Amino acid sequence: MNAPHLAPVAPPAVSALSPLPRGRGGLSFPEALWAALGALNANKLRAALTALGIFIGVAAVMVTVAVGAGARQQVLAQIQSLGANLLLVWGGNVRMGGVSLGAGQRANISWDDAQAIPREIYAVQVAAGTIRQQQQIVAGNQNWATTVTATDPDWFVAHDWTLAEGRFFTVEENMAGRKVVLLGATVAEALFGEENPVGREVRIGATPFEVIGVLGRKGQNPQGQDQDDAVVMPYWTARRSVMGSSRAFARAVSTISVKVHEGEDMALVEEELRALFRQRHRVAANEPDTVQIRNLSEIAATRDASARTLSLLLASVAAVSLLVGGIGVMNIMLVSVTERTKEIGLRLAVGARPADILKQFLLEAVLLALIGGAAGVAAGFALAHLLGGLAGWPVLVQWDAVALAVAVSGLTGLFFGYWPARRAAQLDPIAALRAE
Amino acid sequence: MNAPLIETRDLARHYPSGEGVVAALDGVNVTIQPGEFVAAMGPSGSGKSTFLNLIGCLDTPTRGTYRLAGEDVAHLSTEALAALRGERIGFVFQSFHLLPRLDALSNVAMPMLYRGVPRAVREKRAAEALARVGLAGRMRHRPNQLSGGQQQRVAIARALVNGPELLLADEPTGALDSRTGIEIMALFQALNAAGVAVLCVTHDASVAAYAARTLRFKDGKMVEDRRHTPVDAAALLRDVA
Repeated sequence: MNAPHLAPVAPPAVSALSPLPRGRGGLSFPEALWAALGALNANKLRAALTALGIFIGVAAVMVTVAVGAGARQQVLAQIQSLGANLLLVWGGNVRMGGVSLGAGQRANISWDDAQAIPREIYAVQVAAGTIRQQQQIVAGNQNWATTVTATDPDWFVAHDWTLAEGRFFTVEENMAGRKVVLLGATVAEALFGEENPVGREVRIGATPFEVIGVLGRKGQNPQGQDQDDAVVMPYWTARRSVMGSSRAFARAVSTISVKVHEGEDMALVEEELRALFRQRHRVAANEPDTVQIRNLSEIAATRDASARTLSLLLASVAAVSLLVGGIGVMNIMLVSVTERTKEIGLRLAVGARPADILKQFLLEAVLLALIGGAAGVAAGFALAHLLGGLAGWPVLVQWDAVALAVAVSGLTGLFFGYWPARRAAQLDPIAALRAE
Repeated sequence: MNAPLIETRDLARHYPSGEGVVAALDGVNVTIQPGEFVAAMGPSGSGKSTFLNLIGCLDTPTRGTYRLAGEDVAHLSTEALAALRGERIGFVFQSFHLLPRLDALSNVAMPMLYRGVPRAVREKRAAEALARVGLAGRMRHRPNQLSGGQQQRVAIARALVNGPELLLADEPTGALDSRTGIEIMALFQALNAAGVAVLCVTHDASVAAYAARTLRFKDGKMVEDRRHTPVDAAALLRDVA
């Protein structure tokens, strides 16, 4: 870093000041930073207006990323609450005299179909047949109208239910038709308020049931229905005590929830299910399927994909505004280099190396962009929460996104500052000193 | 074995101009010893400024050699030339070239930034340099709060601060009234008496008179190299007062 090739002069010429001991040489980073701050400070308004471009870009990135991440988190939570790796089998497609009655119009799938599925299809973890009915639930002087789901204990597994209180019912309780129920969180609150309902009695019609558990809260499903507004009881209990059993459909279910083992191919299992039902229902090769199969996570995944597309679109708008901000930085740095041509000439004359000049101007550009970026992060953070609060959107500020935004603004400064800084460093000192 | 401070052999600088070439400087041989006070005189276009730029390592010769303190500078890199300027040469310009947003102390300390001198040392030396030019009480003033003469003193302090062996002054009195000009020349004489060599470029014979040797340039050639008894600027000021 010291001037190379120079033999020391002996004896050193006497000067008005003692000769300066040779330093490490070169402009140190803190000094360059300080000089850059000083230069920005000398033109506060201009610096602020230039940083504004980056500021808006980064703030936009922050808001879109936060809102986008919030939306995605909501969708993912919904997928989770529906039950992951879940296929839903609906009966239906019954034709009477050539007229299609539509899905679910007649119960043509049964408890036995549900029992057969895990036996026949290796990739299936559990399958639970379910019937539903709207009922009035009474507890003391409180009552509540809700959907009663009558099912197999495996249903809790299939739909990833958790317990807030008590326990699930067992296979034995189901087979024996024991009069036990679990309450969804909404129902529990409506009937018992703050009290723990476990061990208490509720009545459906004239029949008393013992509450053995309260389900963990799931919130709304993607259709906006409250999943916690539910009462669950064993299938055979419902058949015997609540919903009655006509002779023809004594073992019928309206849907079967099929949970597939983690990592298995859902599409393949769907095909196997179709084949299984065609075989069990003895469907001729030229007849349509008797059941409909829906992949709920797939529906949610589609929503997730559209949320992704939206945030990608917003992110590209933000990227464009960062680009415009960067061009603003480049423009103002070029102006600055032109204005300070004489200063650059002087600095070169008193011993600044071109690399020092490059360092100074580059730092100034990076600093300008970073100031804009940091302010943008702060404003974006505030704006995301404000918007989230006003519009009721979920907002999720990810710290890696914040770090990324700051890094990107710094890099924008570096990228767009390099050319002006290089122009400054390559100035001819003589011409620069003479510049007006 | 004192090497000459400056030694040029057949020094030339040509510029391309239109279809031809302009010889701004054409074959100059000159030797200057450490501690001399030399004036380079001539009308504009005579080559004196080109000479100064070459001696100041701001420009490189088209032909010939230039040794600064025994070292041939012809093949040094831009980086090495910059370091050489910082260590051995102090520049004083006609229009001062002070940075308007910095105070006098920071202006004077600025060259030391590029030699990696710690802040405390920088401020101490800059204060010493300002005291040496008689501005001990003006350290925190900005250039626009100083008179022309004071500004030029700040510039001289800045030229001195790295402890150079050579001061290069380009029309240092050109922007000053005559009395202030004499004061500045008295300062150069005092610094020269302390051992610093001074090369002062001027078109003004009365300024050249303060030097002990005058090089006269004409059409890119050195046409005269004359030693003479310098006029004592300090004595002149006393007489006027």
